[in-house]
Amino acid sequence: MPALQEEKPTANAQDEGAPVVLRLDGVTKRFGPLVANDAISFDLKRGEVIALLGENGAGKTTLMNILFGHYVADEGSVEAFGRALPPGDPRAALDAGIGMVHQHFTLADNMSVLENIALGTQSFWKARFDRASARRRIAELSGAFGLAVDPEAMVASLSVGERQRVEILKALYRDAHVLILDEPTAVLTPAETDALFHTLKLLVGQGLAIIFISHKLNEVMAVSDRVLVLRSGRLAGERIIAQTTRHELASLMVGQEVTPPPVPPVITGPSLLVMEKVSTVRQANATPLDNITLSLHSGEITGLAGVSGNGQAALAGLLSGTEVPLSGNYSVQGEPVGRDWSPAVALAGGIARIPEDRHAVGTIGDMSVTENVIAERYHTERFSRAGFLDWAAARKFAEEIIADYDVKCPSPDARIRLLSGGNMQKLILGRALDPEPVIILANQPTRGLDVGAVGYVHGKLLEARSRGAAVLLISEDLEEILALSDRILVISKGRLSTPSARGERSVHELGQLMAGHGEEGRAA
Amino acid sequence: MDVVEILFTASFWVAAIRIASPLIFATMGELICERAGVLNLGIEGIMTAGAFAGWFTVYAGGDLWTGVAVAALAGAMFGLLHATLTVPLGLSQHVVGIGVTLLATSLTYFTYRLALPEVTSPPKIDAFQPLPIPGLSKIPVIGEALFAQTPLTYLAFVTVALVVWLLYRTPLGLAIRAAGENPSAVEAQGISVTAIRIGAVMAGSALMAIGGAFLTMSAFNSFFFGMINGRGWICIALVVFGSWRPGKALLGAILFAAFDAYQVRLQQITGGVVPYQIFLMMPYALSILALILVARRATYPKALMIPYQKGER
Repeated sequence: MPALQEEKPTANAQDEGAPVVLRLDGVTKRFGPLVANDAISFDLKRGEVIALLGENGAGKTTLMNILFGHYVADEGSVEAFGRALPPGDPRAALDAGIGMVHQHFTLADNMSVLENIALGTQSFWKARFDRASARRRIAELSGAFGLAVDPEAMVASLSVGERQRVEILKALYRDAHVLILDEPTAVLTPAETDALFHTLKLLVGQGLAIIFISHKLNEVMAVSDRVLVLRSGRLAGERIIAQTTRHELASLMVGQEVTPPPVPPVITGPSLLVMEKVSTVRQANATPLDNITLSLHSGEITGLAGVSGNGQAALAGLLSGTEVPLSGNYSVQGEPVGRDWSPAVALAGGIARIPEDRHAVGTIGDMSVTENVIAERYHTERFSRAGFLDWAAARKFAEEIIADYDVKCPSPDARIRLLSGGNMQKLILGRALDPEPVIILANQPTRGLDVGAVGYVHGKLLEARSRGAAVLLISEDLEEILALSDRILVISKGRLSTPSARGERSVHELGQLMAGHGEEGRAA
Repeated sequence: MDVVEILFTASFWVAAIRIASPLIFATMGELICERAGVLNLGIEGIMTAGAFAGWFTVYAGGDLWTGVAVAALAGAMFGLLHATLTVPLGLSQHVVGIGVTLLATSLTYFTYRLALPEVTSPPKIDAFQPLPIPGLSKIPVIGEALFAQTPLTYLAFVTVALVVWLLYRTPLGLAIRAAGENPSAVEAQGISVTAIRIGAVMAGSALMAIGGAFLTMSAFNSFFFGMINGRGWICIALVVFGSWRPGKALLGAILFAAFDAYQVRLQQITGGVVPYQIFLMMPYALSILALILVARRATYPKALMIPYQKGER
């Protein structure tokens, strides 16, 4: 996002005289044995943008939920405009002028924009909801801050960017003087992000103070005046943006120097998985594969670049066993794939999967960490005896993965949904890599992860490669593909480009292929 | 009389509206609960309790409208029980609902037996009488059906208008609808989801009880065992049929009542050729058919039956 730098709000943050609007003092919150926030203290001044930077699971969202009254802190206090904020009371936070834009929007889909914004702002004893005055005020606010949205539109019909504007309007409608934005750009397109930063600039100009929660360094550098770095629930450092660098912040965030994992030289072995002229059945909302040819070699990472929705799902399905080829030849370790191809057969054939959607496919949120890590192999000798689960073995396995993969979780019995994305992904990685699979399907393995977790996942994939595994890396992040892949293929409209070795095609050439302007279109 | 001719007689429509009245009350009650996110399967038992409470108040010498108020209060109390278990404690709404139905029904029968130990045939009370509205009641067919009913029937229609107004025109209605769709939206605006849901379940249960009281105070004029006879369950289906909208649910209630009134008349004219059970079954069979046709595309409140725990992720 090159435009970001120009959008930097020019605030009077360094102005020492600006009044403190918010003060946190020694805030501590524990979830069982896990300390989510450990004695956090900071001040926020009028007209200032503070970034709260930290990896997933560092405690950023928990801290803001305490501030807003969703959680009650175990220790410490919050003071807004010089007055103590009663804990656990969102109404008090709202009345004190604190507005929050949650990461997961809190909007009712069955109501209009106007109704969502005005919800709870008029007395319940009023016999009639005053639409006209609400409409006037929304029009005023959206005009003043460039938050264009139709007040009569149903929320269900809005785009993600529009929903976020509604959330910001909700806070402004209630005269928020402190605005907390939790990972606001995670769901936005680059253009929407620029528009958001423009709005933030206007808000700061009006004297609002903003807390911007993020794990994206470039955005933090672009919008904030001051940055607080959280690591494992503690305040790891505080920097003035003008006096720091991305590199320094990244190190603070992860707790060590960040260096990209070294890529050892490739030792290509035999083909472990071969597809020849394979096509798949047309599915409801997925592009089918059209006559593709592909081979994955031992000791090699094959990167599949492409814009999402061009057949990646079908290819991932072929590898993981949820899809059967319609035509062509497909063999895994020399064995032709037949009609009985299924996830169980694929697993038994030595294919490990890191699914694209770790919440919907990769894990079962309400089951425990232990249950999730044995989910693919609960029926094997290792975890069951005479038809009964061997819980001791299962638990031991979970504890091993938690230790080996540095997973932050309260216990192996915790429901997996309570874990952050990065920790969930580490568990999935542990589950997939433990049996030393010969073929690994890594589908968007680092999507939504922070710097530390991304480096970790990449390191593990390279380790598997060194051990002789064949890795298929599917990613929309071209940087990731370029960093890891020994061979790069581009998928577009269900067709594959010819492979190119590391460094053979330029980024521009790959981009052209991704856009469907292929020189050859289909592989030979 | 011809099979089609029945539909044009005033007495048919008078009966249809009378049969619809208790369903309208209870359907509106269930709709309010569900709009706030709570499925209230206590409806059948709450109607039974309401039927008895209203009737007994009058039997013991109370005024008719006092009877209605006592029924509503009894309903609200069972609603409070249901809400306490399902909202702050977050227990299964199915299990609690069935429990409340069993408890309310048994407790009612028990109380009835205690209060009237010696009675063999159910005693009657002086119930609500038809109150024709001058002028309007003289309109052919419609006038008699809509404007020559008892005050409780009028109240049923007024209730629908009030529920529409409440849900769509008041600040409180916004909060109720939001609580059933996305409770965290309500919480984020500083409103207690718990309070909204408890209130909605209590108010809804009060309406269900008035629906039950209609049967003893404006239809049969006495209380007997098994008198609710599945009407509560029908109202659950009517809410779905109406896609959680009061106006459409009202139409559904009238439609169902019309089937019911129609089958009674069909039984009479076919005179024993067709077994009467076939006709008794008809309204229910048609309801299922109507549900299949209408409710498949219904957009239900997304947080329905999902307990809300503050601060849970």
